[in-house]
Amino acid sequence: MPVTEESEPLAVEAIDISKRFKDVVAVDRVSFEVRPGEVFGLLGPNGAGKTTTIRVLVTLLPPDSGQARIFGLDAVSQTMAVRRLIGYVPQQLSADGSLTGWENVMLFARLYDLPRRNRKAAVAESLELMGIADARDRLVSTYSGGMVRRLELAQALINRPRLLVLDEPTIGLDPIARTEVWERVLSLRQEAGTSILLTTHYMEEADQLCDRLALMHHGRIQASGTPAELKASIGAEATLEDVFRHYAGEHLVDEGGSFKDVRAVRRTARRLG
Amino acid sequence: MYGQFAVPRAGWADPGRAAAWWRLLVSRILTFCWVEVAKIRHDRTELYTRAIQPALWLVIFGETFSALHAIPSGGRPYLDFMAPGVIAQSALFVAIFYGIQIIWERDAGILTKLLATPTPAAALIAGKAFGASVRSLLQASVVVVLSALLGVHMPLNPLNYAVAIVVIVLGAAFFSTLSLTIAGIVLNRDRLMGIGQAITMPLFFASNALYPISVMPWWLQTLSTINPLRYEIDALRGLLIGTPSNLPEDFAVLVVACVLGITTSSRLLRRLTQ
Repeated sequence: MPVTEESEPLAVEAIDISKRFKDVVAVDRVSFEVRPGEVFGLLGPNGAGKTTTIRVLVTLLPPDSGQARIFGLDAVSQTMAVRRLIGYVPQQLSADGSLTGWENVMLFARLYDLPRRNRKAAVAESLELMGIADARDRLVSTYSGGMVRRLELAQALINRPRLLVLDEPTIGLDPIARTEVWERVLSLRQEAGTSILLTTHYMEEADQLCDRLALMHHGRIQASGTPAELKASIGAEATLEDVFRHYAGEHLVDEGGSFKDVRAVRRTARRLG
Repeated sequence: MYGQFAVPRAGWADPGRAAAWWRLLVSRILTFCWVEVAKIRHDRTELYTRAIQPALWLVIFGETFSALHAIPSGGRPYLDFMAPGVIAQSALFVAIFYGIQIIWERDAGILTKLLATPTPAAALIAGKAFGASVRSLLQASVVVVLSALLGVHMPLNPLNYAVAIVVIVLGAAFFSTLSLTIAGIVLNRDRLMGIGQAITMPLFFASNALYPISVMPWWLQTLSTINPLRYEIDALRGLLIGTPSNLPEDFAVLVVACVLGITTSSRLLRRLTQ
């Protein structure tokens, strides 16, 4: 674990964030913090408000009330500066299939204003780091789902983000591809001290990978802590799934999930083939 | 395990390195032009299939009406007169459907990711608009070559050609922002296709592409004064064929149209990602 200095600002500071869409309250007074160098998981079923929370934090959505700070910078008033600190991988597989892997990463190198002399080296390094250097000149439409995900990580890493935001990074991936994505994300944390905020609804993953978790349901954070703390709070033999059931009730998966969510998941699944 | 970072982390993700807005704008425009060139390099079919329609206009409509001598063309062969119109039309067709790409990128989640980069909405739209004009320009070049092959007399003046490129780029940038604006309103590929189909021909016919403004009924003349295509064609005709044209006015209209288009569609961009 990287050493965290007292003076270093928190990677993420969400203070009482609320967001409603028409008459639906998507996020309801959500507060949490991510410490520098930490892997923090937002856990919850579809429609719990995880993605909306993420979109507020990465400056894509202004909150109705509350504050979001990334390394001390305000996500609403210091948008551009915040964006330069973040690498963001949305839930959908969103690399451009009509470009090659190299071009996809180069596009982001340019959009993050990497100095021209560094660009090629940085792109090569990023592709290498995510293990897709061999496929760099192939059109992304020929990539497998796991490769697209790793390519997206390569894109998100190009600006050396201090915070990596991953929205359901392993959704729809087979177990092998999933493990591979995780290994690379964790090695990144280890080597570069990158803080990681992710959402997932895979309990096991959250249990194994996250330093701390927040359980989200109906737009609210129901509980938070380390996986061990959360489990201990329920009982000696409890699993994270038990914890979740305790806070969210029995209807775990089918409850939420707006049409939009479901459509996005289906689309991702379809692109994975 | 997977290799170390060769360059220390702090160097690049420096939030203090805020670029001036115009540098950001130029940088994004160049970036999206680069993307468009890469895409065309990977797949050129569209370039060829889209050359068929202008070829038909020139060969069938152009040759027939040349023979009829029905349209006053300022003492020039009719084919010469209409060639700049068809060149502008081919660029227009590419641009007016460009919004489809942004809707596709929205559905695929690409747009969300682009918007999370340090790129203000206006810079993204400007980038996309001028990216579209790269495609339009290539399409127009195909039609220029085609016209030359059909015997259209275009004096080879490099300066005029350079200015004509700027005119086509501005025209295409405007029409693609029109397309992006419609995309931002309808948010749906099919509806955008429908509206695109519905407005291309009125734009074309309410311009001086096929006939001079003077032969139009008064109401169409009035309508054509607010049609940027009219000014694009007027400029191209002056530059490529050498007929009298009002270049300063043409440029002023096109530049103002571009600025308006970029402002309007960047306001609507947020709708596409919410």
